[in-house]
Amino acid sequence: MKARTSWDVVCTVDDLVPESGVAVWTEDGPVAVFYLPHRLPALFAISHTDPFTGKNVLARGITGDLKGQPVVASPLYKQHFNLQSGQCLEDEEVAVKTYPVLLDGNNVRVEVPAANKESAAA
Amino acid sequence: MSKKTLIVIGNGMVGHHFLEQLVATPAAADFDIKVFGEEKLLAYDRVHLSEYFGGSTHADLAMGTADWYGENNIDLRLGEQVTAIDRAKQTITTPMGDYAYDELVLATGSYPFVPPIKGNEHPHCLVYRTLEDLDSIRASSEGAKTGVVVGGGLLGLEAANALKSLGLEAHVVEFAPRLMPVQLDADGGALLKRKIEELGVQVHTEKATTEIVEGEDARLRMNFSDDTHLETDLIVFSAGIRPQDALARSSELAMGERGGIVINDQCTTSDPHIHAIGECALWSEKIFGLVAPGYTMARTLASVLNGDREAAFSGADMSTKLKLLGVDVGSIGDAHATTPGARNIRFNDEQAGHYRRMVISEDGKKLLGAILVGDNSHYDTLLQYALNGIELPQQPETLILPESQGGAPTLGPDALPETASICSCHNVSKGDICGVIDAGCSDLGSVKAETKASTGCGGCAALLKNVVDSELEKRGVEVSKDICEHFPYSRQDLFNIVKVNGIRTFRTLIRDHGKGHGCDICKPAVASILATCWNEHILATDHVPLQDTNDTFMANMQKNGTYSIVPRIPGGEITPDKLIVLGEVAKEYDLYTKITGGQRVDLFGATLSQLPEIWEKLIAAGFETGHAYGKSLRTVKSCVGNTWCRYGVQDSVGMAITLENRYKGLRAPHKVKMAVSGCTRECAEAQSKDFGVIATENGWNLYVCGNGGMRPRHGDLFATDLSDEELIRTIDRVVMFYVRTADRLQRTSVWMENLEGGLDYLKQVVLEDSLGICEELEQHMADLVGTYQCEWKTAVEDPEKRKRFREFVNAPEKKDPVQEWTTERDQRRPLLEGEPA
Ligand SMILES: Cc1cc2nc3c(=O)[nH]c(=O)nc-3n(C[C@H](O)[C@H](O)[C@H](O)COP(=O)(O)OP(=O)(O)OC[C@H]3O[C@@H](n4cnc5c(N)ncnc54)[C@H](O)[C@@H]3O)c2cc1C
Ligand code: HEM
Ligand code: SF4
Ligand code: SF4
Ligand code: FES
Repeated sequence: MKARTSWDVVCTVDDLVPESGVAVWTEDGPVAVFYLPHRLPALFAISHTDPFTGKNVLARGITGDLKGQPVVASPLYKQHFNLQSGQCLEDEEVAVKTYPVLLDGNNVRVEVPAANKESAAA
Repeated sequence: MSKKTLIVIGNGMVGHHFLEQLVATPAAADFDIKVFGEEKLLAYDRVHLSEYFGGSTHADLAMGTADWYGENNIDLRLGEQVTAIDRAKQTITTPMGDYAYDELVLATGSYPFVPPIKGNEHPHCLVYRTLEDLDSIRASSEGAKTGVVVGGGLLGLEAANALKSLGLEAHVVEFAPRLMPVQLDADGGALLKRKIEELGVQVHTEKATTEIVEGEDARLRMNFSDDTHLETDLIVFSAGIRPQDALARSSELAMGERGGIVINDQCTTSDPHIHAIGECALWSEKIFGLVAPGYTMARTLASVLNGDREAAFSGADMSTKLKLLGVDVGSIGDAHATTPGARNIRFNDEQAGHYRRMVISEDGKKLLGAILVGDNSHYDTLLQYALNGIELPQQPETLILPESQGGAPTLGPDALPETASICSCHNVSKGDICGVIDAGCSDLGSVKAETKASTGCGGCAALLKNVVDSELEKRGVEVSKDICEHFPYSRQDLFNIVKVNGIRTFRTLIRDHGKGHGCDICKPAVASILATCWNEHILATDHVPLQDTNDTFMANMQKNGTYSIVPRIPGGEITPDKLIVLGEVAKEYDLYTKITGGQRVDLFGATLSQLPEIWEKLIAAGFETGHAYGKSLRTVKSCVGNTWCRYGVQDSVGMAITLENRYKGLRAPHKVKMAVSGCTRECAEAQSKDFGVIATENGWNLYVCGNGGMRPRHGDLFATDLSDEELIRTIDRVVMFYVRTADRLQRTSVWMENLEGGLDYLKQVVLEDSLGICEELEQHMADLVGTYQCEWKTAVEDPEKRKRFREFVNAPEKKDPVQEWTTERDQRRPLLEGEPA
């Protein structure tokens, strides 16, 4: 059975910062939303939590590209994460969770598992 | 098998090096080792003794640690002088008792020779050999105005520099007609004398002191044989060294006619169980007064004791390269042309103050020796020709002519044979370097770590770098200067591109001059360049995404994702009212509070969303941002200076505040630290800063490119006795030249080490305006100073900018769930990983 998900509105276009990230709170915990206006697609969403330290900081990293892949560098110890796949470039075994993200009018929506809400309710 | 006892007498440089070598061999396990040192301190680096007056401590100069001796089971007995050797019983005697030995090593060094002049026992007559001697000199300099050094050799001039650094008017009295008679000829000595006198040290040659009596205007008076006299408050004798061979003499070992313990090629004396190394040893009728030959003897003896029958000491090169009072002096091989048939080539530029002399063989093919005064840039090349017997070019004079007159470029590292000695302190040849590169070393740092090359006197650093670079290039390792994959340029190139093309945004720069979208290497570098060029607010939208998180949020991110706040406290001076505000704010937000190493207060543990509120309060109380997050000026540390201090000669706090307010906010390739001390005692530790200012009676001395931290470096004395205006103008120029030419994340110390031409070149650019850019540098600085704004003030006043400080943009009230806290010593701090709550 496909896990149930919902497309939650997390912020508006005005909240985004070009070439950078903002952090939002979702049912699945903290998520970092990046807006890279010179790319297609321009929006990316990955977990805000740095897997190396467990701290919520990734939205505050520097974005860019390495060998053509869009990346963010963790502001703590500077490892790079691919914004599309979540893969850490320095350590094959580490990846962060990624989320589908889209622009709906003025709203930014992120697809998060709905299961959390239900299990919490149950 | 029971262990044999090895006793080493003397814990100096060579004795210590011997132990380091010995414990690395299997033979170490065969011996119980005891070491006796007359000095109370563990072996220290005598070569850099003078740095003790520059602020270095015994710990800085120490060659090893007590722990090291413990770990290697060496019984170290300091402050215990050996008074006799009984060769028949194989024992030695100290005031504490007798000790038996199987093998005995004499590493007793030498002592300063004090000429038999009437009155030389006066308490203000001193010598220059040990740290204790330096303490005595320092004590004697209290209340003194002038100091005289007797002896114009290498050590004498160093002692004169030390007297000068203690604030004394320094004189040198030399018996011979010129300075450094051993190493220099008449022309070289005359030029050195002129240069040293220009630096304020008075030189009196051809003076024989007949007696020392009570002075009239000073403590002492020296009467000379030509009926003249000189008054002075203290005298340092530096009239040569004598081998410390008393023990050998009284136990009737074979001695040289003029002293010294005779040794053979295995460093063994006339008694097969007694060995001698270092300055006390006489090999082939020669005493070696330098450390490198002593080290070679130490290595030889360690091999001999390890059973190596081939090991032999075969003499040592006595060439020297020095900076005496800032003047380059070099002497190579047969400097005085004593070889039969030797010929000379001389180049003497009295205007520039450069003297060079080559001594070549009769057939004109080999370099036998050389003398250099005023400029040592030819030293490395000449030394390699002399040591390796490389055949000279057709017109050998090109080696010492200035390049504009057709002078030859320096000898490339390729021309050196494998056997060429690169570092004489640690006996590293070019072949050794190639060896470690082949074994995997791929940069200068690892070659240094592996071979120890250039970690002794440091004289070989430039040559070593050349050899390593050239060998790496040969092996196809690209020594790339590109900043990252997005720009095929160095930071300096990018700076010029931005400046020349008037580029104001990252996008334009990468579109026109790079490729891709940038990364965390090039973006902050370009942000810093843009800030230097145009000084726009760092939170201007175009710039935000370029910044490291510390810059973006204008605070330092700590390990748990919270921030620390460091308001500026110029010069470390703060009113009680402001201090109270800091305390109140810290209390309100429960911020962990600590005094920084830079004389200000760091408040830890603020969340992103608290930052603007906290700054609103701090700004209202008159604080500004401290830029502790930026690659920019941190603090200007100061001592309290002549306002309060009994010794102060200038207002160091006032100058520190002026400097801090002038350069605050300036963006640079890396952080920049400064300090100002109110007198030569240097309580603000200014010489460890990028820019260090030390007050003198007449103004300020400026030191540049020092560093603390991981790889400490003493600042280089750049200019002396500057007025307030001169000081600021000079710093303006150096800072701007650094900002424009340094590489990304290159501290001033490393910048200086990589600057072609080094200190002298920087002096030419800044003090003599050799590039004709000083006016532009000053104007640029004036523009930056004029457009300063406190970034936090601008940010808290702008609602758009404040929006950046929401932890979760859709949930303002949400607290970050992963920040967990505990209390320690009455303050809040984050829980460490794995620590129970
Ligand atoms: C100011 C200064 C600058 C120098 N600059 C340079 C330079 O630039 N380049 C260079 O190559 N060299 C330089 N030298 C020389 C260099 O320091 C010496 O060559 C080196 O220290 C010799 O080492 P050593 O172990 O033989 O003697 P030392 O380092 O003198 O050690 C001998 C030790 O033995 C102890 N001792 C003596 N007798 C007894 C006893 N009976 N019982 C117990 N202990 C005893 C002494 O107290 C001393 O601690 C400089 C020296 C000085 C003073
Ligand atoms: C993660 C990077 C670093 C951070 C966040 C950091 C932060 C700080 C801060 C906040 C201060 C207080 C100075 C002030 O008042 O502004 C300080 C001081 C200092 N830091 Fe760092 N630092 C870092 C890396 C380093 C490194 C790598 C070195 C060594 C090379 C270093 C050497 C020093 C020294 C020597 C001082 C004392 C300054 C003085 O006495 O004037 N720091 N640092
Ligand atoms: S450096 Fe400053 S505090 Fe130290 S003695 Fe000199 S004036 Fe006094
Ligand atoms: S010395 Fe190390 S632990 Fe201490 S502040 Fe600097 S970087 Fe952090
Ligand atoms: S020659 Fe002294 S460190 Fe290399």
